[in-house]
Amino acid sequence: MSLLEVADLRATYGQGHVLHGISFAIDEGQIVSVLGPNGAGKTTTLRAVSGTVATTGRVVLDGRDIRGWSTDKIARQGIAHVPEGRGTFTELTVEENLRVGAYTRKNGVREDIARCYEWFPRLGERRSQHAGSLSGGEQQMLAVSRALMLRPRLLLLDEPSLGLAPLLTRELFGILEGIARDEGITVLIVEQNANLVLKFADYAYVLEAGRIALDGDAEQIQSEDAVKRSYLGV
Amino acid sequence: MKEFIQVTVDGLAAGSIYGSVALALVLIYRTTGIVNFAQGEMAMFSTFIAWGLIEANIPLGLAIVLTLVLSFAGGMAIERVIIRPVEGSDPLALVIVTLGLLILLNSGAGWIWGFNNRAFPSMFGDGRVDIGGVRISWESIGITAMTLGVVGLLFLLTQKTKIGLAMRAVSANPESSRLAGIRVGRTLAIGWGLAAAVGALAGVLIAPSLFLDVNFMGAVLIYSFAAATLGGFDSPMGAVIGGWIIGVTETLAGHYVDFIGADLKILVPLGIIIAVLLVRPTGLFGSREVARV
Repeated sequence: MSLLEVADLRATYGQGHVLHGISFAIDEGQIVSVLGPNGAGKTTTLRAVSGTVATTGRVVLDGRDIRGWSTDKIARQGIAHVPEGRGTFTELTVEENLRVGAYTRKNGVREDIARCYEWFPRLGERRSQHAGSLSGGEQQMLAVSRALMLRPRLLLLDEPSLGLAPLLTRELFGILEGIARDEGITVLIVEQNANLVLKFADYAYVLEAGRIALDGDAEQIQSEDAVKRSYLGV
Repeated sequence: MKEFIQVTVDGLAAGSIYGSVALALVLIYRTTGIVNFAQGEMAMFSTFIAWGLIEANIPLGLAIVLTLVLSFAGGMAIERVIIRPVEGSDPLALVIVTLGLLILLNSGAGWIWGFNNRAFPSMFGDGRVDIGGVRISWESIGITAMTLGVVGLLFLLTQKTKIGLAMRAVSANPESSRLAGIRVGRTLAIGWGLAAAVGALAGVLIAPSLFLDVNFMGAVLIYSFAAATLGGFDSPMGAVIGGWIIGVTETLAGHYVDFIGADLKILVPLGIIIAVLLVRPTGLFGSREVARV
């Protein structure tokens, strides 16, 4: 059975962020990417899963329809969402940010914080600084770490490469892939940088104007130059 | 000199009360961004509850503890029933709602307990202690000590506990807090409950020095606004220090400056509010966000 199954998902809010009934499924342990141009509905897709936008249709996690549940309740089911703009708690310290990420848990929090500092030593060096004083790249690492502190079953990532230098982006993706594969975390990732994310994902969906234009194994999408040119602009 | 010290200590005690109510204002402002104009009336209502319990022959200490618990529950209820529906509205709407709450509590208290003055017993008696020739009332010492205790407890709560971390997270970023699994509504309600309890304590501490009636917290609230403005509306420690500065300044001015006296000393906090807003709008201890993009 799939970990996450989305059926006939529709969403309307603001302007240009609309989903016209999309359906997809993600298996446990898979890394799945959602690609597509700006305004195609990528961010809305993630927000629909984490319950931060009103939707119709079905969002089934582990056989239970969680659509319409409150965001915090969905988070407590093990869905962590790194939102657009990173969602940093700027007035809290780096370490407090991580502890907020572990809010739903009781044990092993200290060990997991140490683990985050191993993955991202920069965060360890700045553990008692206000998170608002971190650079964009450091805040992105913090956002990812905060999400991992939830020990999620499903990790939703919204444009983790945004504002990062290319070298740093590759490093971040490398660390992310290692963690996801080691821990069996299922990942749904939205990215502009198709070339990069397709190297790391198993499967990809390409959205266009709120519909799934095509989908396939990441390698296959990667190899189809025509697809990449017409939908991804690379 | 002795007189000066005595007046200053009395000012510190009054300032502790202003600081406590200011602390309650800060607690709500930090978590919800609402300036709670009803804070004084909430404290007044709580003090009447304490008075009612004492009248029912419940011992003073127990009556106060019960009042704090009831006030906590009442504060949570106010958040849930009156504030939550308008949360996130524009600031003007929120101001109007808290003003409505002020009128509701004021008339409600009058309807239940009447508009007469009532005497409220003191926890500390009316004794004085002689320190190097300066006679300081136990009342002043007790009030100041209780305020310090409350500040200490709140500090431990917000800095060292999980619920405190959640409260700070919600005030920094409610949306991200939800994504971390925090029940934001419940956390805000706890903030209101704490503010109501802190205000209630200020009410029962000051009531013996004033007469308890439905308007007795009115002037206190103005001093407390001055304290919170001076200390910085987002700084708990600033609120208390601001309270002390206001309390001491007001008491000294009332005592030594002839034309101010007891009648005009309300001008002191108003003057301080205006001065702070002109010179340093964030207050002495208010933080400007540290940010780098």
